[in-house]
Amino acid sequence: MRTDSPSKWLPSPFLSFLLFVVWLLLNNSLSAGHIILAVVLAIIIPIAISPFRTNQPIVAKPGLAFRHLMLVLYDIITANVQVAILILGPTRKLTPGFVKVPLDLTHSTPITILASTVSLTPGTVSAEVYPWEESLEESEEPEQRYLLIHVLNLEDEQALINTIKQRYEAPLMEIFQC
Amino acid sequence: MFEWIVSILLLIGGAFVLVGSIGLVKMPDFFMRLHGPTKATTLGMACLLTASMVFFSNTQADLSMKEILISLFLLLTAPISGYMMIKSAIHHKVESIERTQGKDNIEDDV
Amino acid sequence: MLETVILIVFAMIGISLILNLWRLLVGPSTPDRILALDTMYINSIALIILYGMSSGTSLYFEAALLIAMLGFVSTVAVCKYLLRGDIIE
Repeated sequence: MRTDSPSKWLPSPFLSFLLFVVWLLLNNSLSAGHIILAVVLAIIIPIAISPFRTNQPIVAKPGLAFRHLMLVLYDIITANVQVAILILGPTRKLTPGFVKVPLDLTHSTPITILASTVSLTPGTVSAEVYPWEESLEESEEPEQRYLLIHVLNLEDEQALINTIKQRYEAPLMEIFQC
Repeated sequence: MFEWIVSILLLIGGAFVLVGSIGLVKMPDFFMRLHGPTKATTLGMACLLTASMVFFSNTQADLSMKEILISLFLLLTAPISGYMMIKSAIHHKVESIERTQGKDNIEDDV
Repeated sequence: MLETVILIVFAMIGISLILNLWRLLVGPSTPDRILALDTMYINSIALIILYGMSSGTSLYFEAALLIAMLGFVSTVAVCKYLLRGDIIE
């Protein structure tokens, strides 16, 4: 997996773009004054915070990233309906459980994205990434990472692990090329 | 016409927010309670904010897009605050109900 | 028609806030109370957006954005305090 090498004047182009859009949305206008102010802010803020920045992995396939985003948004809607049905139904029949999902991802950014998607999609909330970051030596790489998730209604543990790995983790590995 | 769209979006949004809070009260242990507010509320708020966007775009002269900001913000922060809460619950060894499977998957923290 | 719908949704969110308040008071554990408080923040955003719609001004939007940000930061800060006994180490 490749990570970016920030240039001096535009350390993080995506953050600059985001700041530009957010400023225009906040003011809800497209007048020349606001556009100039947005450009100035989008250049100054990333330079000011660049000392705190760690190198981020490059999105190798933007098209696939966009399709994955659409899939996740669709899943969020179905997840909400499913969870609403589970909540309104009888609670006595629910079988909650903790499941450990082995991860193939190694970098922290894709793992964060995966944990967030898992939290937003059907009946699962990500709880922890093992092994503990604090228990590792400096720059030591653990052999295998696990994601602990809590499931609201656990029916088939292996099927759930396979779904998460195929539906959410495989596209992320493709997107970040790792 | 836009009144219909706004009304339907408002009702869906309000229903999801209400379902999230019902889950908060109804579920037997903390880990199950977490599911309602983190998920149902996200979509509920997205519906309410879209309704507000459509409403103000129609009643006021210019397009109103800034509600997207709150929706995006809530979408990004809901998993993170949920993660922090479940982490602190595990750290404090909050009891989960009897029939929870795979409790031994939880490791002791350092 | 819209006025009636807004009133109904006001009632729905009011009920949710009462349910959250019940969970906040009853507990039983501290993470439960944090969760209830976090949900109350989000529901109050909904309430403010609705109030803005019923009074026809978009001025309340900034207040809603501020509550969203403060709610998130305070939830994370309280959780961090529970986890480590300190917020900024």
